[in-house]
Parts: sequence; C-alpha cells; structure tokens
Amino acid sequence: MTTTQTPPVIPATHEPLLAVARSVAGEDGVTVSVFRDNVRFHVVPGKVLAVLKNLRSECGLDMLIDLSAADYLNYPGAANRYGIWYVLESVSSGLRVIVKTWANDPEPRLDSVFDVWRGADWMEREVFDMFGVVFDGHPDLRRILMPDEFVAHPMRKDYPLRGEGERHNFLALSREQS
Amino acid sequence: MGLTLADAIASPEIADRECQWTLNFGPQHPATHTTLRLILNLDGEVILKATPDIGFLHSGFEKLGEHLDFNQYVTIVDRMNYVSPVANEIAWHHSVETLLDIELTPRCKMIRVIFGELMRIHDHLLACGAAALDLGAFTAFLYAFNQRELINDINEWASGQRFHPSYTRVGGLQRDVDDAWINRVRSFLKGFLPAHADICRLLNRNRIFIDRCRGIGVLTREEAINRSVTGPVARASGVVRDLRKNRPYLAYDAIDFNVVCAQEGDCLARYLVRMEEMLESHKIISWAIEHLPGGPVNSDVEERMVLPNQLSVYRSIEGLIHHFELNMSNRKWKPPVEEVYASTESPNGELGFYIVSNGGPEAWRARTRPPSFIHFALFPHLAEGHTVSDVAAILGSLNIIAAELDR
Repeated sequence: MTTTQTPPVIPATHEPLLAVARSVAGEDGVTVSVFRDNVRFHVVPGKVLAVLKNLRSECGLDMLIDLSAADYLNYPGAANRYGIWYVLESVSSGLRVIVKTWANDPEPRLDSVFDVWRGADWMEREVFDMFGVVFDGHPDLRRILMPDEFVAHPMRKDYPLRGEGERHNFLALSREQS
Repeated sequence: MGLTLADAIASPEIADRECQWTLNFGPQHPATHTTLRLILNLDGEVILKATPDIGFLHSGFEKLGEHLDFNQYVTIVDRMNYVSPVANEIAWHHSVETLLDIELTPRCKMIRVIFGELMRIHDHLLACGAAALDLGAFTAFLYAFNQRELINDINEWASGQRFHPSYTRVGGLQRDVDDAWINRVRSFLKGFLPAHADICRLLNRNRIFIDRCRGIGVLTREEAINRSVTGPVARASGVVRDLRKNRPYLAYDAIDFNVVCAQEGDCLARYLVRMEEMLESHKIISWAIEHLPGGPVNSDVEERMVLPNQLSVYRSIEGLIHHFELNMSNRKWKPPVEEVYASTESPNGELGFYIVSNGGPEAWRARTRPPSFIHFALFPHLAEGHTVSDVAAILGSLNIIAAELDR
C-alpha cells in the first residue's frame, strides 16, 4: 500500500532475508516496501507459513514480536480487506522484519503459525476474536477477550464505536440459576 | 459458535481421574490484584492444568484509538499499564513521532528518559512489593509503596496528575519541568537507595520468601524466545535483549547503564532482576538529572506538529492560526498514508504500537503490543506441575496488569 512508484531501497542487512523469502514464495510472491526503519515483505497468503518457517530456520529470526491485523475496509488504495502482520526479530543480531499478508471476506482464513512459535497462540486468538480471521491448524482457536456467546468481531470497521450495545444478546442469569 | 471455554476445561485425558477436582480462581481474588480468572484442574494440590480466562476488563481501547487523535489517545494509553503510565505515553508518542518523522529536542528526550526510568522503578516496586505481599511479606510491600508515593508526587508536580499524568504530546511534552521538580527528583533519588536496601534486607535472605520462589515457574531461554517473552521476565531467563541497548531511542545511546540478566528463569530470578534493574534506573536518572540540556521541550513549532505556547497564540497571528489548525477536527496532522511499528522497552517488556494511518489525524488502526498479554499466555506453561500455593508466586513474578492484558 505504498504511494511511491520507485522501487524501495532495501537495506543490505535484509537482502539475505529477501532471498530466502523469494526462494520459497517465488519472485512474484514477495514484494517489499520500506518506511522509516520498517522493512516489510508482502507475501501472498498461501505462502506465508512456508516463508515464516524458513525465515525462522534459515535466517535466525527466532522471535515473533507481534502478530495482529487491521481491517482495510474503504482504506485509500486498499485491494484486500484484512491485513495481517508478523513482526519478526532475531534475538542475537537484533535484525527485524515485518511480514505482511492478507485475507478477504466471506471466509478470511490463514495458516496458523502456532507450530512455528508458541507465542502466536494468544495473538492469533485475539485476531480471530477481533477480526474473525480463522487460523487453520490452531489447536485452541477460541474467543479470548470477548465472551464465548458473542457473535460479532468488534475491531472490524463496520462494527460501530457506539450503538445499542450488546446487552440484549446475553442471557440474564437469576440468583437461583447462578 | 466454535470452541468455548467449557471445551477447553474438559480435556479428555484428565477427565477420568477420580481424585481430580476443579478450582475456580478469580476473577476477584487478592492474589490476582486485578481482574483475571484461572480455572485450575487439580490432583490434590498439584496443578494438572491451568486455563486462563481473560477479557473481564476489555474496554475497547484499541477501538477508541481509531476515533481519538494522536494527542487525545494518550489519555487512554495511560490507563493500559496504569502502574507505569508515562512509559505507555512515551511508547505511543514514539510510534506517532516515527510515523510523522519528528525529531525531539534534546531536553524533551532527557525528560522522557527520566520519566521512563522513574516509571520503571515505580512498576518494579509494585511488582516486587506485591510479589512479596502475596507470599506473606507485608512489610516489604509497605516500604515499596512509600517510595511509589514519592514518584506519584513527582508526576503531579510535572503534569498536575498523580496517577494518569498524560504528560507527553506529539513532538514534545505537556509543559516544561521547573527547578522545584528537579529538586524533588534529586531528593527522591537520595531517599530511594536506603529504601531499596531495606527491601533487599527484608527479602533477599528471607528463608520463607526464597523457599517459595526458588525453582518455581522455571522458564528456559528457548521457551522464552519461542513464546515471545520480553523485558525482565525474558532477561531472568538469560535472554540478553533490551531495546534501550539493541535499538536505542530517546537519549539512551548517550547514557551508560548495564542490562541486568539472570540464568535461572524462576520466580526468584525474576524478582532479583527487577530489584537490580531499579538500581540501574537510579543510575540513569542520577546521570540524566545532572545533564538535563537547556532549550525548548517542544520540537520546531514551524512544522505545525506541536501546539504553540500560550504567549504566541495570544500575541501573534501565526501562533493563533497554528493553534487553530491543530485543534480543528478537520485539520490537525497530515501523516503519510503508511503504517509503522515502533516499540520501546517498557518496565514490563517490549511495548510497541503498530499504527496504520490513512492520512488523517486519527490512526486507522492503533495496535498495542501488550507485554502483559503475552506474559499471561505463559501462565499454564509455568504453573503446571506446581501446587496451588505457587500460583500466587508465579502470578506475582509475571506482574500481570489486567488493564493492559484486556485493553
């Protein structure tokens, strides 16, 4: 989603990472953008798990710093609805890269990285809870912040900040039942 | 409806044990300090399985971040980790300033460093004091809270608010500090070392405290990295990683300090790392307060990112226009249509904000990377195999702040 047309200048430290990502996902499977000190690899959704696995095993990016998503509904220039990012870092060298991918309605789905990093466990559950993106292969994909009986995904852009609320959707529990 | 909490608790491999029973822990319990719930499957006193259930304090902070502008949202990030509020503000505005490409003035950087380290002491005093309190050592907790009170006074003197100062602004600070504030910090620094030594004398050789912490909740280095753990919890497991050193922000590259690490990875190591980090923070503040640069606290007003001062608003047409531009809801900042992740070393671990901007004064998405959320995911891993009484020790050593956990 960059506005500039000139190809981005990739820092020399990230060249080997890009080579690994491209060897897995192909030349067209990865595009790069650079903003401030953030280097981002945009990977096609089908290849993202393989790219992440290889970045971990071959490039030493052993820590998943962050995993989250945004809803790009009506965002200027956006082609896909959900963008999901993985911020990776190497503990020994401090090298950091952001892998971005996307998902779309009606059934936003991605492969889970639970088996690559256990840290992804709750982060993927939060994305599922807030955006409704389903992570295939996650063993315990439950809602995490919202209650189980909640039906909507509140961080989506079409979920209003204010409204009638959700109280009517919850069961009233009497003192005898509790 | 997909999987529910009931599915998670009723795990088939332990369901058929006759001696097994289930204990509901929280959401209101003295040892949780805030609102979080655990469901413990027990065999006698031994924890077979722990299932955290969170979300009781979920209040849509990130959703609010999409509807408040970059300066307004600071009042909300304050309330995430309310034990170290200014550290959250620094992290938030660090991300905003990365997005807008603002260079801070040297004085602002140094004041933010001082506040960041005061917050580290503030946070660690609560973490260590409450960890001791949960294990029955009440006095250490009171000694710690005595010092926290003084830091609240320092907050109040600078910003007018003790607990939620909302002190930082885009490209600067709410207001400059004065000499009286500097003297308050100096007198706090003088009194802090004896108080720290008192807490050490109460706990470091305390037989009961050590017996209940040593070897409990061990986290190995590999698991710490695999589970995205950062901050003092990771450093207690031997992960040498501190963003103040690894990717220096503010004025940290000019300051001499050590990164405190331990190898054991148990509750005692986490306590000791925090106690030692407070001394390093004390060293940083002592240096910074004597090397506070002069000059303005707000970066260049001409760039129209920072509110002008009162005098120029009332006495010049440029200042008035500028003030108007930054306060009208249809003007304000014009960031690039881009997104950025920037993070700082908060007392609890890496606190980052991923901001997606659509070019308007509010973030399109303001994602928080909350250390408490990631650390609480560890809990089942740390607690399983230990006894019920160790729950308090492990929770205390992780320093879970539920407002940040649930946001």
